[in-house]
Amino acid sequence: MITVTGTEPADAALLAFAHALRTAGVDASPERVHAFLRAVAELGPARVYWAGRLTLCANHDDLERYDQVFAACFAGAGPATPPAGLPPPRPRLTVPESTAGRPARAGAEPALPPAAALASSADVLRHRDIAGLDAAERAALHRLLTAFALPGRTRRTARRRPARRGRVDPRRSVRELLRRGGEPARLGHHERAERPRRVVLLVDVSGSMAPYADALLRFAHAAARGTRTEVFTVATRLTRVTRALSHRDPDRAMAALATAVPDWRGGTRLGELLREFLDRWGQRGTARGAVVVVLSDGWERGDPELLADQMRRLHRLAHRVIWANPLKARPGYAPLAAGMAAALPSVDAFVEGHSLAALERLAAVVKGADDA
Amino acid sequence: MSRIPDFKEPDDVRARLEETGYLVDDGLAVACFLALRLHRPLFCEGDAGVGKTALATALAEALGAPLIRLQCHEGIDASQALYDWDFPRQLLHLRAAEAAGAVDADRLEGELYDRRFLIARPLLRALETCPSVLLIDEIDRADDEFEAFLLELLSEYSVTVPELGTVRARVPPVVVLTSNRTREVHDALKRRCLYHWFEHPGFDRELAIVRRRLPGVSARLAEQVTALVQTLRSADLLKPPGVAETIDWAEALDALGASEVDTQRALATLGSVLKYREDAERARDLLAARRDP
Repeated sequence: MITVTGTEPADAALLAFAHALRTAGVDASPERVHAFLRAVAELGPARVYWAGRLTLCANHDDLERYDQVFAACFAGAGPATPPAGLPPPRPRLTVPESTAGRPARAGAEPALPPAAALASSADVLRHRDIAGLDAAERAALHRLLTAFALPGRTRRTARRRPARRGRVDPRRSVRELLRRGGEPARLGHHERAERPRRVVLLVDVSGSMAPYADALLRFAHAAARGTRTEVFTVATRLTRVTRALSHRDPDRAMAALATAVPDWRGGTRLGELLREFLDRWGQRGTARGAVVVVLSDGWERGDPELLADQMRRLHRLAHRVIWANPLKARPGYAPLAAGMAAALPSVDAFVEGHSLAALERLAAVVKGADDA
Repeated sequence: MSRIPDFKEPDDVRARLEETGYLVDDGLAVACFLALRLHRPLFCEGDAGVGKTALATALAEALGAPLIRLQCHEGIDASQALYDWDFPRQLLHLRAAEAAGAVDADRLEGELYDRRFLIARPLLRALETCPSVLLIDEIDRADDEFEAFLLELLSEYSVTVPELGTVRARVPPVVVLTSNRTREVHDALKRRCLYHWFEHPGFDRELAIVRRRLPGVSARLAEQVTALVQTLRSADLLKPPGVAETIDWAEALDALGASEVDTQRALATLGSVLKYREDAERARDLLAARRDP
């Protein structure tokens, strides 16, 4: 515990507080700490709480942690104890400063055939169910997965860009004209620019999806390289993992992900989590006009009615809702799981997700191919 | 030109803002004070309708400075946000010079790229006007490239027009950025800013805000509407109503001649507070329960 004595808290105490915040997962960078010290100098010790909250926090999630660390460091100095009823702090992703270098991946694939045979084995692998692969095949699969891209279907934007034909671009034409001293020379043209829609992936990492979760997340990692893809995991809680997946190296991204996701292999509360997603992210804009892909087997522990409601809500917001279910490929599969049956009326495309080929198909559907 | 008053204490800022009719809590008073003292932009996040944009308006009024607003949207670029050349006027000038028989090409070119042919868009206008309050509204709607561009502007408070030279603000404008969190704004930009999260106000403050904004409404009506909205906010709605909606509702009921909330009129005006059918249904149940003995 840090005790504040005298009229002004010593800088050392403030720095210790900043350090404690960093440990708790708040990104209190030196630049922010500098601003913090200046703010305390301006405000005096009575307002350390607000000085720190305004300068050291960067988003809403930080505020919970800030309140807790503040309470621990400056007991009694704050304006009030943090509001009751807050959920426990979520472990925040920190980049491991790995000194050992990246894990040697080569060791995991001892029995791999030589390169010449790779094409054919890859072809076989494409159609195999991911759940039935052995370690070597999995490693090969992971390599193939890195080649994925997942651009959304394109849409026209308000922006125009120079083109060879199309409507006359007055701005460019006049600029050209001025450059030539007022002589009308050549007309510039422009047309509407097109952009891929945002893609949102909701990956089910609950126990029943365990055989597929790792491969699907690697798929998500490859897909998230585009700037307009957001990835969330769902099991017993909703976690935004877009940041964790921003590591270029898939293995490091997976390691970061493992620390970021607290509910690996828990049960599934799809309806409730979908509602949380829509409240916190979707309705504000993340799902608006986006291609939303749910990767799940549709086993719902909660009330299927809630899931049906939230799926309808999602369907109204999103451009397209795609559900990829690895179980769909199994012989005799019918969407009987209560959650799946409740969700299907609000799904635009229901596809498989059990193999590489199925994921390729999914990517095509996301890009705008006709329904499977 | 007037100067920004020198505030000694967050409470001075609060008092000044309250004179304009904008009530602030402790945190926001400190935030505004620091933004003024440290010349840092204030990054405001929170639900829609909690008064993020209104803060900028109130600050402008409190400081006696003009409010310059930049509404962000997808695809916004420098020619919409910063400056643009006035091509038609440049052309006219060229034609006039030709008609007068001007021959000095270099001089003519120099004249063409004169300040008077430059249209200042909000960002340039904010740099040239001091003091001023610059509101960059809904930054989360702009593209990432635009954020990078803003970052540069907000760290230097200067801008270079290739044909003219560098424009630097004599006094940095007071900058308020707002975001509805439709996406995460880049950390590099946030790092330059003070971060303030807008909570929905508690009952007392919300009531004070309603009374202040609608002095003609009866005290009882204001009190009941505020209490109802506070209940609605905790009722797990798709879109919890903000302060703006509370004011709208009280105003609507007042326009119907109500001096207190009765179920019938409340139901009739529900559309001014809740904008989703599902929410309205929930509220109807709540209102019905409220009247039951």
